[in-house]
Amino acid sequence: MSAPARTPAGAPGHLTGPAGGGIGTDAQRPDGTLKVRGEFAYGSDLWMEDMLWGVTLRSPHPYARIRSIDVGPALAVPGVHAVLTSDDVPGAKAYGLELADQPVLAVDVVRYQGEPVALVAADHPETARAAAARIVVDYEVWEPVTDAIAALGHPRWNAVHEDDAEVTELSRESAHLHPEGNLVRHLKVRTGDPSPTADVVVVNTYEVGMQDQAFLGPESGLAVPAEDGGVELYVATQWLHVDQRQICSALGLPPEQVRLTLAGVGGAFGGREDLSMHVHACLLALRTGRPVKMSYNREESFFGHVHRHPATMRYEHGATRDGDLVYVKAEIYFDGGAYASSTPAVVGNGGTMGIGPYVVPNVHVDCYGAYTNNPPCGAMRGFGSVQTAFAYESQMDALAAALGMDPVELRCRNAMEQGSTAITGQVIDSPAPVVELLRRLEAMPMPDAAPDDLRHMPGGVSNTTHGEGVRRGVGYAVSYKNVAFSEGFDDYSTARVRLEVVGGEPVATVHTAAAEVGQGLVTVEQQIARTELGVDRVVVHPKDTQVGSAGSTSASRQTYVTGGAVKAACEAVRGQVLARAAELTGRPVGELRLFDGAVVGEGLELPLAEVLGDDAVEETLEWRHRPTEAIDPETGQGFAHVQYAFSAHRAVVDVDTELGLVKVVEMACTQDVGKAINPQAVIGQIQGGTAQGLGLAVMEEILIRDGKVQNPSFTDYLIPTILDMPPMRIEVLEYADPHAPYGLRGVGEAPNISSGPAVLAAIRQATGLPLTRVPVRPEHLTGT
Amino acid sequence: MRLTCTVNGSPQQVDDVWEGESLLYVLRERMGLPGSKNACEQGECGSCTVYLDGTPVCSCLVAAGQAEGREIGTVEGMATEESLHPVQQAFLDAGAVQCGFCTPGLLVATDDLVTRSLAAGAPPEDAEIREALAGNLCRCTGYEKILDAVKLAAQRMAAR
Repeated sequence: MSAPARTPAGAPGHLTGPAGGGIGTDAQRPDGTLKVRGEFAYGSDLWMEDMLWGVTLRSPHPYARIRSIDVGPALAVPGVHAVLTSDDVPGAKAYGLELADQPVLAVDVVRYQGEPVALVAADHPETARAAAARIVVDYEVWEPVTDAIAALGHPRWNAVHEDDAEVTELSRESAHLHPEGNLVRHLKVRTGDPSPTADVVVVNTYEVGMQDQAFLGPESGLAVPAEDGGVELYVATQWLHVDQRQICSALGLPPEQVRLTLAGVGGAFGGREDLSMHVHACLLALRTGRPVKMSYNREESFFGHVHRHPATMRYEHGATRDGDLVYVKAEIYFDGGAYASSTPAVVGNGGTMGIGPYVVPNVHVDCYGAYTNNPPCGAMRGFGSVQTAFAYESQMDALAAALGMDPVELRCRNAMEQGSTAITGQVIDSPAPVVELLRRLEAMPMPDAAPDDLRHMPGGVSNTTHGEGVRRGVGYAVSYKNVAFSEGFDDYSTARVRLEVVGGEPVATVHTAAAEVGQGLVTVEQQIARTELGVDRVVVHPKDTQVGSAGSTSASRQTYVTGGAVKAACEAVRGQVLARAAELTGRPVGELRLFDGAVVGEGLELPLAEVLGDDAVEETLEWRHRPTEAIDPETGQGFAHVQYAFSAHRAVVDVDTELGLVKVVEMACTQDVGKAINPQAVIGQIQGGTAQGLGLAVMEEILIRDGKVQNPSFTDYLIPTILDMPPMRIEVLEYADPHAPYGLRGVGEAPNISSGPAVLAAIRQATGLPLTRVPVRPEHLTGT
Repeated sequence: MRLTCTVNGSPQQVDDVWEGESLLYVLRERMGLPGSKNACEQGECGSCTVYLDGTPVCSCLVAAGQAEGREIGTVEGMATEESLHPVQQAFLDAGAVQCGFCTPGLLVATDDLVTRSLAAGAPPEDAEIREALAGNLCRCTGYEKILDAVKLAAQRMAAR
């Protein structure tokens, strides 16, 4: 394998960081010092002396045929080195995570506003942008398909709810956007009586708007042409190997010639699971023979990655007068936008966990993912579960009101526990402390009444109220989420661990391809190696494709799966070291262990230097969680998920009912994490996930009109600031999952799911309004 | 055009600056100081916050030419070779750094807030911290640990 010709400034180095700290400690990040010094290089910080800048020309239309493209005027701009269109893509013209349906550069038709059409490389980013603006694209503009239900040709709501929705006569609004039609996936869950009846029934429809991941570090990377005709790509991403597979396909190159290294990642939250500038930068670098950097600005970022699926959902809950759930029927539509991305898996989660962590004997769920000409939607933290949680938790509150019951009592009465059967027929075979999570929340003290200080009122220093018209509300929500990849996916990670003595001190090196996106996986890798190998110094090798796949940094899976791989590789290394020590000392291996840089046994302390000498012991292995299986396509039954994460929130809000302004006063959260590998990082995940859930509940939405994005900027797409986030109370439970390494549970997504529905419930309680759409806007509260 | 200014105490001169470039671009791409970040490039996120003659500004909103002859302080100028600035250390100790993209801007804004508050005689209270940092977006932390970090930094800087 040939080495890169040159290494850019900002290429990642080995991370060491402060020594010490095994699992269960607040070990500090190995990249922390670099980050606070401003020396940690993100994808957008990469730099080479002779690099060019690449930019993308994107479609201004959500749906159009391309009659012609004239790149001549762009090529004539001084400083421009290349202008490329789909004709210049040497390999497969389309790519995708699950279905290869998304063009690298538009071929004949554009299906969403912002679809990449052409690329320019120039010696200054402004030159490249100016040149791109001179490319002449002749479009025949078509009417876009913009409603997911209409796109499938379904009537607005299925009149006979027991039957599958039928595709009606195709109309303009359901024109086929792809050869196979507009249905990406239809998931069915069928359990129990198909025609159940109940004493009390509540039926409502809910809508969730399109949320953006809004990671702060823009899509960025640097492609460097290599002497072997291949390319080195340094890129901020979530899954190096799935990127590599798609890039190879588009470039028509074998994996040996497409070598990826993870550049610094400024947040991800699902938005980097699909390709963005990856292939584009490689194409430009290979064409020009020069390194090419691409870095989106914020506006382009809104068009450059997939978003959270907007959802429209109709739920019917039936219960006995005592409050026992009898049945749930749900019809769920996810708008997948123009290309599939991970819509099939989002539908999988949305459907199989679509009624929440409750035990229900009779269930009928239809969950659809549809193509439209809206922006493509795919992975975002919570992945299909965030949307349905707004619906099923709102339903639990509506049902409690209809029954005259306390909402928490109703939840506890129907809550899942270990041994319960999920709607997939899967028996929950590890702790499921849903009741305890809720009861602990209830027992927490409530925040004080709002102090007489403008800064704590809805509207804050805008001076919009002095307390008149302000009502307080309290809401609860609980949720669950599958951890890791489901439905039979071969979900594994690879770890290479080396133990050696350097300068008299034992050092372990951990090499995985698992993307560190800010969550702290590099810290966890060090902690596991310290615990398993009894050494203080652990070096984290740069993340690259020189080692096998680690799978995606998504689905709350890396601490579980890559953590499991690192643990297993460490155990293999330890086995070798102890075997050597056994040979040296004549002691049985079973009496020896590694501790504090030595092999120890009763009355024995043999420094590793004496066992290893100049040798390094290295092991590379793949590790898998126990297998899952595909669900039955007609009933949705099967062992679909390997693990569930549970969390609950209590939200307290003050609402200015006259102006429709919401102030979240406090968020409280309880979560079972199985085992907190790094308690400080666990709290950080809960706090951050809570903020993103709160954002979706009250402010975050990409507004789409006729397929066009109305607010692609941080001026108009609002995410919570430090003024919007209240103080939090958090209790972390640690009930070990016997199937997982150290008993741990994935942490990152659950708190993002239960947070928003709790805020919505609290606003509902404060206002008495039904509120079936998020984000809640002032006009929803004032009726104006 | 030619730009001459002082960055982190050192005189700097760069040639061939295009008039449309921002101070942020010049720092990052022409002076080899990419510590100040480019999350929005429209003055909404605060990740590019630097000192300009002692006042925190969004460097993405400062035209390069406006920096002529002025003193600029960036995150790269906060620590010494041997030790971190107390604000930097507090962010690490409090666990306020996740992806870290907002961190450089927050460090400069925090240093400004704490310095001003202590000069006025008292460490900043929660409400003041929230108001002062409202222009710095963070997508990872939910801000709780950032508040902790600011208070820790203020406590340590007051004790110095």
